[in-house]
Amino acid sequence: MPPSSEVLVHARGLTKRFGSFTAVNAVDFDVHVGEAFGFLGPNGAGKTSTMRMIACSSPMSDGELSVIGMDPRTQAAQIKARLGVVPQTDNLDAELTVLENLLMYARYFDLPMSVARPRAADLLEFMQLSERAGDQVEPLSGGMKRRLTIARALINEPELLILDEPTTGLDPQARHLLWERLYRLKQRGATLVITTHYMDEAEQLCDRLVVMDKALIVAEGTPRDLIERYATREVLELRVPEAARAGLDGRLDGLAERIEELPDRYLLYAADGEQALEGVHAREIPIESALVRRATLEDVFLRLTGRSLVE
Amino acid sequence: MAVIVGGRTTPSRRVTGALAGAARVLQRNLLVYRRTWRGSLFGSFLTPLLYLTAMGIGLGSLVARGGTTVLGGVDYLSFLGPGILASTCMQTASFESTYPIMGKISWRRNYEAILATPIQVHHLVIGELSWIAFRLTTMSAVFMVVLTGFGIPRSPLALLAIPAAVLTGLAFSAPIIAFAATRTNDSGFAALFRFVVNPLFLFSGTFFPVSQLPDAVEWVAAATPLYHGVALVRGAVLDAMPSTWPLHLGYLVVFLGVTSVIAYRLLRRRLVK
Repeated sequence: MPPSSEVLVHARGLTKRFGSFTAVNAVDFDVHVGEAFGFLGPNGAGKTSTMRMIACSSPMSDGELSVIGMDPRTQAAQIKARLGVVPQTDNLDAELTVLENLLMYARYFDLPMSVARPRAADLLEFMQLSERAGDQVEPLSGGMKRRLTIARALINEPELLILDEPTTGLDPQARHLLWERLYRLKQRGATLVITTHYMDEAEQLCDRLVVMDKALIVAEGTPRDLIERYATREVLELRVPEAARAGLDGRLDGLAERIEELPDRYLLYAADGEQALEGVHAREIPIESALVRRATLEDVFLRLTGRSLVE
Repeated sequence: MAVIVGGRTTPSRRVTGALAGAARVLQRNLLVYRRTWRGSLFGSFLTPLLYLTAMGIGLGSLVARGGTTVLGGVDYLSFLGPGILASTCMQTASFESTYPIMGKISWRRNYEAILATPIQVHHLVIGELSWIAFRLTTMSAVFMVVLTGFGIPRSPLALLAIPAAVLTGLAFSAPIIAFAATRTNDSGFAALFRFVVNPLFLFSGTFFPVSQLPDAVEWVAAATPLYHGVALVRGAVLDAMPSTWPLHLGYLVVFLGVTSVIAYRLLRRRLVK
């Protein structure tokens, strides 16, 4: 199902404050029905706080927010009945089995057992967990727990699925399986809101995304848009011998649209990386190695949010 | 297979009512209890049996020689039995309101998961108190069977001791849930048992009448729920309800009501940020 123009989440000036600290500072965004919408940003950028406000688990401090056409301040329970939430850290019920986790969660949504049982069986199959139905949760692998958490979030057939860093901490196989399942959900018409700090995840899953930094939205668009706007088509990565670096001042100028100097290499942002490399050779600049690659969201991300470590 | 993600045509669902929501929280605990109820019931049987044999019969045989007027004209075993029932409810209720609640708040974060659904904080409080009431009811019923085995109850009125004992336990649960809601780790719980629960067990009329204590201590004891609970439970079991029973009952009900509201407020402050 292609994204429609109908708005499922509408935020204007949405703000979250904890005491004197502003976690989310007057952000505006719209999530449309059927799209996968991403929040990208370093730790502490305000992604999770934003998600928690959408999920009605954290009251907003200021601004305007509507979720599925309702007001989280007065209709939280009605909204939650139609949401699925996958939190950053699994909070499965360790005292129940895999199947019981789904059935009990269905009861929290007031679904009768006659509905919950077949739905739970379908979800376990969809998430490749049928064989573990009767097992305790604790011995499951990280990937299985994540899939069970997502299955649990789908038990009420939500109109909006909220995923907070769905693949953090998983191995590559588990991540790819999860992406594939999320992609299938999207194809069936699910609306997804995802936070991540993995750029490959955002490129894989998101139709549209916003980049958050220091409580603000600093950019918005499709992954392709953002790369075109904030990076170039290609990037030339140059390693220069330590001894030659000092004498390099200005010699790279004009070879690319933008040049970034890192401690260990130079990044030359150019429409044509090979052409930039030829320029480097023509100027007889000594290099250790050179790599031409396509620009990715990671380049956009680092440009917008900086390279300093956020901890 | 069925469509997993609902289309927009999904009919709006019934919003969970207050009692229905609390019932789900209770149901979850019962589901877990299904695996452990045998051991738990056996414990409920063993505790009174051990106390009554050791202290009631063993120690009681010595006490009886000193006369029983101060005990209200009953033998020590009969005096002790109902007191232990009320105190055991206090201890079980206290325990159930510390570590398990803390676990659901921060270690396993069950409440975070539950609050993502239409269930709300007041459902959690009512549901957990209902669960503890269930535990105390089954425990007290088993206890009554043991008391009956020792020939302690004087009349069918003794059955009223069960709700009285449950109420006594709940009067500890609510404030302790409130306390647990303010804790970030479990170090406070050991202190709670050492400085509150265990002293009350010793000085609230379980083993000897509070009137034996200095006046000042007697007043402190009378301010706590266990003192009132013991009075009601003992009155019911021995068919000798004191004329002050409305006071004891009123105290427990008001105490439970007020501390439940505090538990709700503190849990909400902790969980909804």
